[in-house]
Amino acid sequence: MTTATPLHKDSPTGPPPARPAALTALLDSMRTNMRQYGMLVALLFIVVLFQIWTDGTLLLPNNVSNLIQQNGYILILAIGMMIVIIAGHIDLSVGSLVAFVGAMSAVMMVKQDMPWVLALALSLLIGAVAGAWQGFFIAYVGIPSFIVTLAGMLLFRGLTQIVLEGQSLAPFPEGFQNIAKGFIPEMGPYTQYHNPTLVLGALALAVLLLREVRDRKRQAAYELDVVPRSLWLTKCVAIAAAVIAFTLTLASFHGVPVVMLIMCALLIGLGYVMRNAVIGRHVYALGGNKAAAKLSGVKDKRVVFLVFVNMGVLAALAGCVYAARLNAGTPQAGLNFELEAIAASFIGGASMSGGVGTVMGAVIGGLVLGVLNNGMSLVGIGTDYQQVIKGLVLLAAVGFDIWNKRKAGR
Amino acid sequence: MSARPAGRPVLEMRGITKTFPGVKALSDVNLTVGPAEIHAICGENGAGKSTLMKVLSGVHPHGSYDGEILFEGEPVAFKDIRASEQHGIVIIHQELALVPYLSIAENIFLGNEQTGSTKGFIDWNDTLRRASALLKRVGLPDKPQTPVADIGVGKQQLVEIAKALAKEVKLLILDEPTAALNDEDSAKLLDLIVELREQGIACIIISHKLGEIRQIADTVTVLRDGRTIESLTVRHSPDSAPELSEEQIIRSMVGRDLDHRFPERSTYAGEDAGSTALTVSGWTVRHPVDHQRLVVDDVSLTVRRGEIVGIAGLMGAGRTELAMSVFGRSYGRYVAGRVEVAGREADVRTVPAAIEAGLAYVTEDRKQYGLNLIDNINRNISLASLPGMRRRGVVDEHHERQVAEGYRTSMNIKTPTVFEQVGRLSGGNQQKVVLSRWIHADPEVLILDEPTRGIDVGAKFEIYTVIDGLAAAGKAVLFISSELPELLGMCDRIYTMAEGRLTGEVARADATQESLMRHMTATRS
Repeated sequence: MTTATPLHKDSPTGPPPARPAALTALLDSMRTNMRQYGMLVALLFIVVLFQIWTDGTLLLPNNVSNLIQQNGYILILAIGMMIVIIAGHIDLSVGSLVAFVGAMSAVMMVKQDMPWVLALALSLLIGAVAGAWQGFFIAYVGIPSFIVTLAGMLLFRGLTQIVLEGQSLAPFPEGFQNIAKGFIPEMGPYTQYHNPTLVLGALALAVLLLREVRDRKRQAAYELDVVPRSLWLTKCVAIAAAVIAFTLTLASFHGVPVVMLIMCALLIGLGYVMRNAVIGRHVYALGGNKAAAKLSGVKDKRVVFLVFVNMGVLAALAGCVYAARLNAGTPQAGLNFELEAIAASFIGGASMSGGVGTVMGAVIGGLVLGVLNNGMSLVGIGTDYQQVIKGLVLLAAVGFDIWNKRKAGR
Repeated sequence: MSARPAGRPVLEMRGITKTFPGVKALSDVNLTVGPAEIHAICGENGAGKSTLMKVLSGVHPHGSYDGEILFEGEPVAFKDIRASEQHGIVIIHQELALVPYLSIAENIFLGNEQTGSTKGFIDWNDTLRRASALLKRVGLPDKPQTPVADIGVGKQQLVEIAKALAKEVKLLILDEPTAALNDEDSAKLLDLIVELREQGIACIIISHKLGEIRQIADTVTVLRDGRTIESLTVRHSPDSAPELSEEQIIRSMVGRDLDHRFPERSTYAGEDAGSTALTVSGWTVRHPVDHQRLVVDDVSLTVRRGEIVGIAGLMGAGRTELAMSVFGRSYGRYVAGRVEVAGREADVRTVPAAIEAGLAYVTEDRKQYGLNLIDNINRNISLASLPGMRRRGVVDEHHERQVAEGYRTSMNIKTPTVFEQVGRLSGGNQQKVVLSRWIHADPEVLILDEPTRGIDVGAKFEIYTVIDGLAAAGKAVLFISSELPELLGMCDRIYTMAEGRLTGEVARADATQESLMRHMTATRS
């Protein structure tokens, strides 16, 4: 590397620094992801607001754990919903599917005494089949997703009641309950903190920073423009600070919740697929311009089908997590979850016409709603007002985005 | 009654000039339509016919153009279509503007509802009675309650005319009225137009079918490059035989200025130079909705390696339909025909298969069918070759970006970064992005559909250079264009199409704009 001052780009080949171009690229990508960045800022603002309002209760270690466990299933649904919306579709059936899968898992474990691991695997399979059923009608028969999933919403809700015969089924084996309520077990000598959490945190920090370094190196190797060094360092420090703070918070309570591990796996895995796998790109292309995507060789029907299978599996996973949290399969489970997931996606940067959004955005959108729920409950705002406020937040988030785009003149 | 009556003209348009950002669509156009005259307007694609009619009907409102319009001797200034309709000027577009699930009667009085004595509520008796009378006038036997979706395109055209009559039309404008009709329906429609003339209704008809024009028109005005070339008298009295030949109209239509520069054509010197890259034989395709109609009818053609072959044709000739149906059956219903790439029969039943077989199609409508406008240059270029950009199963983003940067330089795409949203680029740069995508897919055969439409002269020259480079590298290029000088400047051979059929094949050395236009306007029978 050259002995560049912090403001110089450190390309080893060292042509005259193309800093303006790189900066433009950065600002540009920030502007295109405005809603997501905007929402990250909004999330921080809401967190700080409630942190003050609740006299610091919000970010107490036990409340942070609680927050994650409370919102896990919505976040899982939001990730799937985001992908559906990017592809230019919608899924109204996920709430009912959550209930149905919860009911089926209850029947398998409570009535049939099936081992919970097997029941979990079968539940996910049921989700995949349900997704394939809807995906078939949407992709291959050509019925609009709004109609198919509206039908699914009624269908799965009805099936739930049939399966449960109107009753709740309980209790679940402890192993199954741990999916929603458990933490990864403590190991090693007594420190003030939860040891495995510290290890995981350190691991996450190392991976994130290594990735930053590798990306930057590879960009330089390909002789592409890289972001200015000072900016990059700031980014790295910010990442490190966030990871360390979060790790210490969790480690001073029971550690990392199991559901958070699942969440992170989905966030990383599906985020990677959407960003880097061919099929992920095809989803964006289809949502952005279906005709152009088809003429470029995208197998549109297959992609849409798989998107709905994925949604089905994620809805099943959310169904298991929710059932485990309630420790019962109930006919009324998952009511309005589809609306929460859709709201989270739009707050997190999705566009009604498709083609826009990220998995990370869905998580941010879900967390905005989650922190609002939790914070408002902590300060004693009633659920009636909570609904009103969440509605206004959704309206404001999307309104801001449209206003912002119009201001840009496109 | 003579066609040049002493009476004052119904319509006079004087010195009409209309400018769009960057292009002068009309400059100093004059048009005079006599009383009860059938006045045809001819011209190549892009000559300004539609723009002129939009100015007349108020789609382009008064103030957005220069010049004046006199209707029945009075100067008029229409601010929208409603205003022109109130004066009795009604335009019927090529794409009919009927609501398919409403009845014929409801369509006739759409926006002009018959309310009778109770304001705000429809008087159905009056509506049906008046609709029946109008249908009788246009010679349509169907009941006024029939949904429009249940009748054919020919009858729908008649409903449009009935709708115009309901508005007490004095000047009827028909844009390519017979383009979508079969021979029988066309004949019926033309008869009706002649009948309306006898009832004192003047008519402007835009048409490519010179035979039709000779059959019914009194006068024809030819536009070229947004200017009036001349007005020719077809016949001196409505009943006399036409005195104007098709040859004379053609001569007036062509002869666009050769103001474009073209790169020196280079030749491909590979070992397989001259071998056939693309063979299409007996290709026949039906219209996707109207199954009676063949949009591509028994077309056979070949393109050799290193060759640029043009397809000339007027609007509706079936050029895009041919290209899109060959490229993975993306248009219409396949009936018959086979495609060979490099001498071997190619499976082109789906787009991925066609790409696999070595075809690429660059669309004429890049915004609708070409680009994901909300995504960046980088990803638009890679879209058709993502599987080849994989590294350990996922897209290698750095390689992808490198590719995009490469095209940014070699195609001279003017942008600060390859992460710029494609929707924010100029037309020329957008076209370069689409071309980059398909060049990177590395096909044997490139079908370029109007690759220079809507882009400025400088960018055109760059695109020509790229196309020449492709041929020089041994690719076979099928070049569809509406601009004859462009085809003459770039192609080795030119096919002409009309009404879905190939009507001619001309080597560049023998081709002139007149000879091409003659083939392009050749109609069946």
